[in-house]
Amino acid sequence: MRHLLDTKTLAREDALRILDVAEDMADTQQREVKKLPTLRGKTVVNLFFEDSTRTRISFEAAAKRLSADVINFSAKGSSVSKGESLQDTAQTLQAMAADAVVIRHSASGAPRTLATSGWISAGVVNAGDGTHEHPTQALLDAFTIRKRRYGADSRGRDLTGMRVTIVGDILHSRVARSNVWLLHTLGAEVALVAPPTLVPQDVSAWPVRVGYDLDEAVGEGPDALMMLRIQLERMNASYFPNEREYSRRWGLDPERFAALPQSTMVMHPGPMNRGLEICAEAADSPRSTVLDQVTNGVSVRMAALYLLLAGERPAPGADDDAQKEDAR
Amino acid sequence: MSTRTVLHDADISRALTRISHEILESNKGAQDLVILGIPTRGVTLARRLATQVAQVSGSPVPVGALDVTMYRDDLHRHPTRAPQPTDIPPGGIDGKTVVLVDDVLFSGRSIRAALDALQDIGRPAIVRLAILVDRGHRELPIRPDFVGKNLPSARDERVFVRLTEVDGTEEVAIES
Repeated sequence: MRHLLDTKTLAREDALRILDVAEDMADTQQREVKKLPTLRGKTVVNLFFEDSTRTRISFEAAAKRLSADVINFSAKGSSVSKGESLQDTAQTLQAMAADAVVIRHSASGAPRTLATSGWISAGVVNAGDGTHEHPTQALLDAFTIRKRRYGADSRGRDLTGMRVTIVGDILHSRVARSNVWLLHTLGAEVALVAPPTLVPQDVSAWPVRVGYDLDEAVGEGPDALMMLRIQLERMNASYFPNEREYSRRWGLDPERFAALPQSTMVMHPGPMNRGLEICAEAADSPRSTVLDQVTNGVSVRMAALYLLLAGERPAPGADDDAQKEDAR
Repeated sequence: MSTRTVLHDADISRALTRISHEILESNKGAQDLVILGIPTRGVTLARRLATQVAQVSGSPVPVGALDVTMYRDDLHRHPTRAPQPTDIPPGGIDGKTVVLVDDVLFSGRSIRAALDALQDIGRPAIVRLAILVDRGHRELPIRPDFVGKNLPSARDERVFVRLTEVDGTEEVAIES
């Protein structure tokens, strides 16, 4: 694996490999000494053009637990605010000999541009690009589902037969997109539930079922119910009348939570808007995986960095045919 | 290229029996013993040794696996290796006598990595090393305490340990 750019082109074996290595990483995080010497002498740059707290600190923790040196670069207060282009920023990082670049950018496709442009030789990890993908989030969600279902027996298993329902703002959500592709690759059945205004125009090529009624979806008793955050900063075109209306129809309120089977796990990528898309009862219940997702996020990102950086680096361009253009 | 079998199944089982007695002798019994195998075949050998030690001494011996992948010094020279599970018995290793078990001792670098890995897990009182085949060519000042067979080899020869649980057959072969 040279880069981790999306889950759409991620093969099932590669996905399982990341998840299985993450199991080993998770085991090391139970120890008194959590740090491994594996990436000593490697430099990981967190290149964040968009605000993020949890993803950035999760990547930072992951890199540091593997003994890599971490450089945090956020666009605010940097040369980017003076108008530096992505190319110049990238070439600066190349000149500093970065081994991996973790990039978050508001433009969909920025990580791919960085990976395929030839500006840098470092491995690129997509930490969220526009409304395109957020692969490590999907991987940690899949890891969390697998771990909840199979416990210590998780290694090597996929998600065949699991039913996952993703609820909320699908239109703007890169988390939803990454999850749709990854969960499908791993054999899960994915359903989307959203207000019609927050479903992308054409999802006919997505391997999902689309519904508009949360009560119906709750009644089906999925194995996992993933609530997405309503990104208030993107709610600029009256997608729904007001927050109360959204909450009443598409929020996981106490009544809906009570109607869910005991076996359904409630997931949320965070940060949560309590009382809007998810009620406190659901968020704080033992069936909620919110904090597991944070913990697992570090293990999954350790696995991704390990697989990208620890081995012999293939020559640049060696696996360019794997970088197929987004056709769907 | 020729392959020669140097240990048959009876030889392997005899070597393991002898090592288990030697472990008990040097430890003066089975108290505080923890046997840890290095994946993959070291774990199989460790389980067999633990069974035998338990039979001879009459008390069960904790056995586990210690993966050293993340501690290797040659990671960047090979395609990425997948780590294997590490499984430390519930009693831990603090203050215990840990016997590391591996199939072949060659450069000594895996054992160096294993010592680093142990250090991150706890502080054993004593660490010993049991090896089925010692083929020489050490690159580090490391020596085994218990050896199944000393097998003089040329550096470019390859030694294969095959065990029933992993490979379906039972032998040690050298290919030159």
